[in-house]
Amino acid sequence: MSAPSAQSLGAAPRSGARLARLAGGKLVNAVVVLLGAATTAFVAQASLPGDRATVILNIRAGQAIRRTAAELAQINAEYGLNHPLIVQYFDYIRGLVTGNLGVSYQQYRPVAQIIAEQMGPTIVLSLTAIALSWVIMILWVTLTAGRSARVSALGSVVDTTAAGLPQYWLGIILLLVFALGLGWFPVISGNSIAGLLLPALTLAIPLAGFMGQATRAEFENSLEQPFVISARMRGMGDFEVRLRHVLRHSILPAVTLSGWGLGATLSGAVVVETVFSRSGIGQVLVTAVNSQDLPVVTGIVILIATLYVVANVLVDIAYVLIDPRLKAQ
Amino acid sequence: MTSLLTHNGILSPRRVTAVPLGLIASVATVVLFAIAVASPGLIATHGPFALHLQESLHAPSLTYWFGTDESGRDLYSRVVYGTSQSLLIGLGATGVSLSLAVLLGSIAALSNRFAAGVVNRVIEVLFSFPTLLLALLLVAILGPSILTQIFAVGIGTAPGYARIIRGQILSAKNSGYVEAAISLGHSRPRILRQHIIPNALRPLVAIIALSVGQSIVWASSLSFLGLGVAPPSPEWGALLDSGRAYITQAWWLTVIPGLVIVALALAATTLGKYIQKALERGER
Amino acid sequence: MTGIVETRRIEDRVVTAPHGREGRLRVANLNVSFTRGGTEHHVVHDVSFTLEPGECVAIVGESGSGKSVTARTIVGLTGGRSTVTADEISLDGESLIGATKRQWRSTRGRRIGFILQDALVSLDPLRPVGREIDEALRLHNWGNRSERKRKVLDLLDSVGVPDPQNRARQRPDELSGGLRQRALIASALALDPEIIIADEPTTALDATVQAQVLSLIADMKSRGVSVILISHDLSVVAQLADHILVMKGGQVLESGEAHQVLHDPRHDYTRSLIDAVPSEHTRGKPLGPPVEIIATPHPPRVAEEFADYDGPVLEAKHLVKRFTTPDGSVSVAVDDVSFTLARGETLGIVGESGSGKSTTARLALALSRPDGGSVSLLGRDWTTLAEPRRRALRGRISVVYQDPLSSFDPRWNAERILLDSLPAELDGDSAARHARVRELAGQVGLPEDVLRRFPLQLSGGQRQRIAIARALAPSPSVIVLDEAVSALDVSIQAQILDLLVGLQRQLGLSYLFISHDLGVISHLSDHVLVMKDGAVVERGTPDQIFNHPRHPYTQQLVSSVPTLDD
Repeated sequence: MSAPSAQSLGAAPRSGARLARLAGGKLVNAVVVLLGAATTAFVAQASLPGDRATVILNIRAGQAIRRTAAELAQINAEYGLNHPLIVQYFDYIRGLVTGNLGVSYQQYRPVAQIIAEQMGPTIVLSLTAIALSWVIMILWVTLTAGRSARVSALGSVVDTTAAGLPQYWLGIILLLVFALGLGWFPVISGNSIAGLLLPALTLAIPLAGFMGQATRAEFENSLEQPFVISARMRGMGDFEVRLRHVLRHSILPAVTLSGWGLGATLSGAVVVETVFSRSGIGQVLVTAVNSQDLPVVTGIVILIATLYVVANVLVDIAYVLIDPRLKAQ
Repeated sequence: MTSLLTHNGILSPRRVTAVPLGLIASVATVVLFAIAVASPGLIATHGPFALHLQESLHAPSLTYWFGTDESGRDLYSRVVYGTSQSLLIGLGATGVSLSLAVLLGSIAALSNRFAAGVVNRVIEVLFSFPTLLLALLLVAILGPSILTQIFAVGIGTAPGYARIIRGQILSAKNSGYVEAAISLGHSRPRILRQHIIPNALRPLVAIIALSVGQSIVWASSLSFLGLGVAPPSPEWGALLDSGRAYITQAWWLTVIPGLVIVALALAATTLGKYIQKALERGER
Repeated sequence: MTGIVETRRIEDRVVTAPHGREGRLRVANLNVSFTRGGTEHHVVHDVSFTLEPGECVAIVGESGSGKSVTARTIVGLTGGRSTVTADEISLDGESLIGATKRQWRSTRGRRIGFILQDALVSLDPLRPVGREIDEALRLHNWGNRSERKRKVLDLLDSVGVPDPQNRARQRPDELSGGLRQRALIASALALDPEIIIADEPTTALDATVQAQVLSLIADMKSRGVSVILISHDLSVVAQLADHILVMKGGQVLESGEAHQVLHDPRHDYTRSLIDAVPSEHTRGKPLGPPVEIIATPHPPRVAEEFADYDGPVLEAKHLVKRFTTPDGSVSVAVDDVSFTLARGETLGIVGESGSGKSTTARLALALSRPDGGSVSLLGRDWTTLAEPRRRALRGRISVVYQDPLSSFDPRWNAERILLDSLPAELDGDSAARHARVRELAGQVGLPEDVLRRFPLQLSGGQRQRIAIARALAPSPSVIVLDEAVSALDVSIQAQILDLLVGLQRQLGLSYLFISHDLGVISHLSDHVLVMKDGAVVERGTPDQIFNHPRHPYTQQLVSSVPTLDD
């Protein structure tokens, strides 16, 4: 049954106005996600069990002892804990808008400063991992999808396996084989370029598996579409058909996954930075979780949610570039 | 209309056919783990805590199949005895995750516009947090423990499954067979009971299997970071955590428990897929 | 499977055409089989034909006849795990048997052009049509960039695309059906191939676009291009073919000069195909062999409250339906549509895609709420009721869709589907319910063992019969048939149409019959509405509409329908 597509009432809205409307909708969505993330972060801090001032002092001291009223009053004043929760909430949100992520319980320093110092290497790691995962995924899918039964099955088994590999384990294997065994890469990768490849691969391989699963299904479906037959009937060879026609039709799900993958690789950095002894946000996060330094943890949560929102804007743009029909709809 | 492209499926590349090898391997793996849970003594070669101090950090051999740790404990036996706790965490987290996912997914797909709108936003906000991050946030609040681990992993994986279940319910709700039932004059509860719920929850078996495997992987990631069950326990994640210090001297302490986790996760996923296919094949 | 498969593998034999014999393309004893799951399926048996310059050979058959496989084999794209054998496949006396991949690629597009069905899916939907045409040139190293650019515009111009400069930059979905189909043809004609293979080139197209495409192919033919036309539709074939092959189950049942095959068919199957085409002249006559409709032991129980009612069973007044698109603009899908449907009669609504006919059907079924106007059913308010109150009346009107498969719950077999559709009066009486299901199966001509099958295990015709049985289950007064026979092969369509006519006579049903197919509409309807862009442009008896159309759109529509007599 065809969708009703009768004539439009009056003049069709100009594409500029239409795009503005769409962009407006996306903006509202982005704000809602960010507000939601901020609220989650606030609730997390407020729900730390026990009296918060006591807990904060204990975290600072690294030991649980009874505190005097004077000590507590100072902390309460410093963190504004005397105010009603709702006031604290709005203060927190107001702070976030001006870039104030709060003060670390443990380090007495602004969270924003701590994150800013460590953010660079982790973001480089994430972006490298996403780029690598695209290369691996496209090569693997183009070579194996829609081939003989055996090759196709192998292709999809490898996708599934890769997608299910725990990052810590993959990291250890890569470390043992390529750094300790073959000595091709440094064992402690520090922040060098040579040290970037193994950690990035550790994050990239499972992501490539995930994207491969989604892309492969679309790829095999596109291979059977009439426009692909048309291209073959024009005299196009198999490899060119795959590269010029099929690939473009099959990568949309992988593009979506890339937005999600940015968050996944950023948080995966926690594991990878531990395995490869790299500095970065991941190390900061593990330490903070261990010591229940919640402002740091929630600061990172908000950072990653923000990057997720930014990534999704890029994904939306990529979508329209890949499939211009979406703009028209 | 003759559609030449799907003409009896003849011209399409052959669909990937069932590889019974994968099924056999998965079933064997799952059975092995079931024995390890029910009666670990039956297949373990040593006690989980038996110390052989003079034989510390032995590489895998005929006596110590998976090698020994720094105190000379037999890794194989520890893996066997750790199975029940690791599976408990996996199953517990799956329970938490899918209950939450079904609840959120059905509200988002079935309730009135307002409630659905709110729950949809909640799902999207939670989905913007990567699984590990959400789990870490919960560990930071509650402090590391086995219960925390179950809830952290369960809540961390829930948003993704909630989206899947919401999609399933929506596609059943907008299907031709539901419209056919409406035009037969069937009531809403009847349509819900007869069509929407059974069709939407059909992939749940596969999702459960997938989720058990993934939960064990996520839980062990927390343990690996030192944020799960603490080391003397033979829980798999804890084995990884304690083995991490010896990566350069004794690879088996991290590689083998990791391999066991990968094997279980893959077996669960594969089995889930087969069950799903078998359910669908019943209708052909 | 008959006969022994000859194993003259195409790779192993080189056959040269005998000198002195004409024929641009010669195919002799072509056989194709596929190996699936270890067994061999022989799908094309001993197909032979010769194609002269400027000639059109048509291969006609229903789904599974092997016609498309034959066409693809001629360009070396049989696909799958196939074995192809032939005594001869030659182009201008040069054998294609044993051609290498490279040779095939240089043949395809350059010497043999291929046109598939709807351009919306046969041209890459993400690229401008100009690039697709350019690709055809580029693949065979035709000219440089700027020469190709000019050639693309010339080609578009030559197939009658106005303003080629701008059209070349648009994607298929931005062009009208007629224009994008012309662009598809331009891409096949790019390198002046000697032969064009058109595989269902007008399937899924509106009648007016179909007429444009057929005349374009006729133009090519008159310029000396040879055409192989693959179609399920005899009336399309009648427009172009000089020679017709009728295929069924991989066998050529009849092969002969077009006029002879169409007007003096030698084979019973060909005759049955011709007889199965519905049109105004077939009104009141069966399209297929007579089928006995099993008399029901229980006559339909029209609910007592409606027994004395003799007004129109369905009456729509000034229906309006608007849709808001995501970008905020409003489109009117149904614009002031009124009609009445009398007991025992059929009202046909005909229109092309986007005419609003399916939306009208949904409004009549109260599956969608009108933005204006109302529908009454058996003289009662219908669209204005709240759904819980409407449920009691729902059994009086049922529906059969084009694609019954998606309207069946995949978890249920046919019996369960029918049991579920029985009216509540029978609840609790299991024996009566099962008896009624068997009776329904009998009414629609299905053997009982079909009831155990699941939807995916049923053939297209069986699915449609189950859908009709489900529609009959609550003993309705009205059945809405929305393109109910459009997806069926012509012989199955004939059976279903005969069944519908029989049921109407026996049960006194009223049909609201919606279709894009003027032949089907004129065969069945007592009254006809012609819709365009949401509005009714003309209404009348089939004779008025099809023989004396007044509105220009109706005239255009009627004149674009191909018939066997051309």
